[in-house]
Amino acid sequence: MGLKENIKYLFSYKLIGESLIKLNTKKSYKNFKPPKNWRTDILAPPLKTGVFTKEIITRHYLEGRYVNGVKPVAWVTSGAPIEILKALGFYILYPENHGALCGARKVALEISEEAEKRGYSIDICSYARTDIGSTLSKKTPVGRLPKPDLLLCCTNICQTVLYWYRVLAEYYKVPLIVIDTPFVYDEAREHDIEYVKKQLEASIEVSERVAGKSLSFSKLKEVVRLSKMAAELWLEIMNANKNKPAPISVFDQFIHMAPIVEKRGDSETVDFYSKMLDEINDRIKNGIGAVKNERKRVLWDNLPIWYKLKFLSEFLAENGVSVVASTYTNAWGELAPMMDIERPIESMARTYIYPILNRGTGHKLKTMETMVKEFELDGAILHSDRSCKPYSVGQMDQRIKLLNELGVAALLLEADHSDPRAFADEQVISRLKAFVEMMD
Amino acid sequence: METVKSIGIDAGSTTLKIVGVNEEGKILFTIVEDADPKVEEQTESILNKLKENYDIESSKIVATGYGSNLIKADKKITEITCHAKGIYEHFKSGGTAVDIGGQDNKVILISKGGKVIDFIMNDKCASGTGRFLENTAWRLKIPTEKMAELALNSDGEVKISSTCAVFAESEVISHLSRGEKLEHVIKGLHRAMVKRITSMIYAIGFNPPLMLSGGVAKNKAVVKMLEEELGEKPLIPENPQIMGAFGAALLGLSK
Repeated sequence: MGLKENIKYLFSYKLIGESLIKLNTKKSYKNFKPPKNWRTDILAPPLKTGVFTKEIITRHYLEGRYVNGVKPVAWVTSGAPIEILKALGFYILYPENHGALCGARKVALEISEEAEKRGYSIDICSYARTDIGSTLSKKTPVGRLPKPDLLLCCTNICQTVLYWYRVLAEYYKVPLIVIDTPFVYDEAREHDIEYVKKQLEASIEVSERVAGKSLSFSKLKEVVRLSKMAAELWLEIMNANKNKPAPISVFDQFIHMAPIVEKRGDSETVDFYSKMLDEINDRIKNGIGAVKNERKRVLWDNLPIWYKLKFLSEFLAENGVSVVASTYTNAWGELAPMMDIERPIESMARTYIYPILNRGTGHKLKTMETMVKEFELDGAILHSDRSCKPYSVGQMDQRIKLLNELGVAALLLEADHSDPRAFADEQVISRLKAFVEMMD
Repeated sequence: METVKSIGIDAGSTTLKIVGVNEEGKILFTIVEDADPKVEEQTESILNKLKENYDIESSKIVATGYGSNLIKADKKITEITCHAKGIYEHFKSGGTAVDIGGQDNKVILISKGGKVIDFIMNDKCASGTGRFLENTAWRLKIPTEKMAELALNSDGEVKISSTCAVFAESEVISHLSRGEKLEHVIKGLHRAMVKRITSMIYAIGFNPPLMLSGGVAKNKAVVKMLEEELGEKPLIPENPQIMGAFGAALLGLSK
């Protein structure tokens, strides 16, 4: 690791950047008020602890600008088993999360066009297009992304990542670790878990070589413990919505889930969610709902539509509809109980084989049915995401079953998580309005 | 001068429909015009003209359709609820309502009590809608009304495999240039459209009777083919185009 890079990192990030960001957070927390265009007539003010979400993510991307040459850098898929890398001191970048950020900042289209211009099809996942476009053009709303020294691709979310990460491996000429997770139809078989465990064990040697140091098992256990704690807190935050009115809408969860995805295994992430849970419990105590006039409660299935969060959240809130549960945000909490600090590698194998996208469509239906009952829901919005086929497959049947078997209104909404070309305001509003009228 | 209790305005993508009803929900007048881009001005001038023959001073106005945002109304209700109401009150029956409009197809399951149980609409793609036929009619310079007649009298049928209205156009041209008969191609075009609608009906779960509304329900070839595909004779109101506006007017009566 270079001296020049270290000095720059210490000076620009640690000394100036980080201090300024922290100071800013302190100020915003103290003088907290909702943004000017916040619809206080229909929505509760944003969570005060949300200023820390912003801080954590801003610091993360700022560190990324100066981190090459200081820490080893890994690019990983969203459901990747990162605990080993974390224990080895890697800086971890999630291109999917960066894609979501580009979507929310409404620059995903411009960046994915950079990939399309070079021949990548419009039918490829918009996260992949955004990442490849950003890699090739260096365009990003966060200033600069660090170059990877290692790539970690886990197939527990989709097969696209396999091809996407091969493109990255060829472009950056760095090692690629693939963790292949067999599909779980009902329950994972022991030899499937063994197979994943062996791959995790094999990945240690490559990761150690790139990091230039050996893995400490006590450090790994500590990371698994922190990962588990944060995920448990996140689960508790989501379950708080069983209260009526629901204290935190799913649209808020979409924003505040960033640390559980990107900063899992850090102690500050645990502190952050613990603070957030306190604020949410206060809301429950005072009967504050995320949507002021909560008349109807619904669930959201599939990824968010990042560039339309405000639009959708406000439209639904205007109609007294609160989105209180989602299969997507749930995915980062539901597996927490599987993590076992005493058997880190084996429990990682088990945890990372079970994400919702690596399981049969019947499992997702069951998850939604349980949500309908436990969160006392009136309806379900199923976002049919053009970019995420594994998440969208089965939704036609799931929708009919929710309707016929549980008697809740269910709407299939066609869009894309970050490509705005797949979204038509008028069409979406006319469907959502009819959906609301159906629940009345 | 008769008093109009409620006026339903359905500002669709292709046509503007206005229906007025009295206290009992009886239709007093219906107006159907091609939709003007400035639909608010168009509506206002129609309403002004209506004042000559009707008392509309205290009428409730309910608007629906894509243009409804531009119209001054007491209430705005979606096409789904309005069509379901119109169809249900017209036929006094639950079942499957299919509205084939200019750019939207809607399939609505209506309960015995008249409630919307479920609905689907075509997403992102206007294939299977009125535009699908209109596009080709325009390209072939055949009046839209004549399309059905040609299809009905055709003794053969060419398979049109494209579901995209834009690509279907070029497919039609290439069939014709290979010497296929015009009426065979047009019949095939109707079939492609009907199959698209049928698959929407099955996707939601077909529950007879089948009740049609929307301008395309006036196309006899479409109606005949729907019957062939579904094995069920569709019920069609005398004026299928006004069902949404009729439903809107009726919804204006309810408190």
